[in-house]
Amino acid sequence: MNLPRSFQSAILAFFVIGILLLALGGYLTPISRLALSPFISGQTWLASRYAAVRDIMTAPRDVTRLTQLNAQLEAEVARLQSQIIELQQQNSELQVLSALLDFARENADNEYLTAAVIGRDVSPFLHYIIINRGSDDGLRRGMPVVSSQGLVGRVAAITADGGRVQLITDPGTAINVRIQPSGAEALLQGSITGDLTVEAIPQDANIQTGDLVLTSGLGGNYPPNILIGQISGVRQQPVELFQNASVQPVVDFSLLEIVLVIVNFKPVDINPLIPTP
Amino acid sequence: MAILLALPILGLMVILQSAILSQVHLLNGSVDLVLLVVVAWAVQERVKTAWHWGIIAGLLASMVTSVPIWAIIPAYIVATGIAIYMRRIFWQRPLLAMITATFFTTLSTHAITVLALGITGISIPLAEAFYLITIPSVLLNLLISIPVYTLIGDLANWLYPETIEI
Repeated sequence: MNLPRSFQSAILAFFVIGILLLALGGYLTPISRLALSPFISGQTWLASRYAAVRDIMTAPRDVTRLTQLNAQLEAEVARLQSQIIELQQQNSELQVLSALLDFARENADNEYLTAAVIGRDVSPFLHYIIINRGSDDGLRRGMPVVSSQGLVGRVAAITADGGRVQLITDPGTAINVRIQPSGAEALLQGSITGDLTVEAIPQDANIQTGDLVLTSGLGGNYPPNILIGQISGVRQQPVELFQNASVQPVVDFSLLEIVLVIVNFKPVDINPLIPTP
Repeated sequence: MAILLALPILGLMVILQSAILSQVHLLNGSVDLVLLVVVAWAVQERVKTAWHWGIIAGLLASMVTSVPIWAIIPAYIVATGIAIYMRRIFWQRPLLAMITATFFTTLSTHAITVLALGITGISIPLAEAFYLITIPSVLLNLLISIPVYTLIGDLANWLYPETIEI
């Protein structure tokens, strides 16, 4: 059947316009989805196989490159980690020095000399530290030693470039102290375990947990009003002459790294004034 | 030669003891590396300079402790004597001699220290000192004694090689 050419064109145009109208109206979507589904599945399968083959073909070159890159990155990480450790150490030292500087500014009457802790007494019965300053730096026996937190001890022995400091926790220590806010005078003593106790507190003194313990200055061995610690427990027996208390020191003696020696304080030797029987 | 070597070796031990090991505690006890080296040296069979090492150790240790020098040197000399005595008793079992000597020398050193501190006016509560310092120190010293014995044994064998009679 031979149709005129213009009629064939008109039918084709109507068909195309009809398809377009159906597509615009959304009527072709289920049909297109149905038609595309196997195509997409096939393409996915083919693409994944191609990727796998490409990976196999290019893998050796990438592994070498990645190994080199990994080695470079590991070296970089190690360098940065060491840098972090160094900076943390510097930061820690800076914090200690800053705290010591603040302490020195707050107590401007005293002259301080910083010293690094370089060792400890080898005997477990005693609590001494060894510092890297000695008589060449102006240190003298008996000078008080403090940290940014509070009292550490006093210089017990010196050489030309080193000194030994008796900590307040040493069993041989006896310091005259004042308990605030009651103002009671007492005697602080160390022990072999490093625990501090305040003894000879008058029975009528009102001592509470959390009270501050400061040097009183009596006896002339330490300047007054240096913080030592806080009362952590009170032992009071009505039948005894005095009450005792345990003290939590403000200084962590196990972490001492840098200390300050008060170089303008001259301890007073009152032994000649004590009458002998 | 062996006496000359005592100075750097014991000097290094004193530095290690003061800078590091004095901060390592079990309760309140700590290792006495200097004592262990002296004991390990004294229990070696062919060593002839044990007493010298004991005296040098006492002198060096006196520089980093507040225990009076008149107590610390005798403490190390007594320790050397005990170690030599143990070597004679356990002459076929040097490791047993080392362990036994470590036990008794730790006790004797602590006893002399407590006595000396008592004389200087520092009263030490004996029971507390024994339970919190001496027993933990004995345990730590016994733990470290075997590696120290091995190392010092190698040094002794190098300095005093065994002679074979043909």
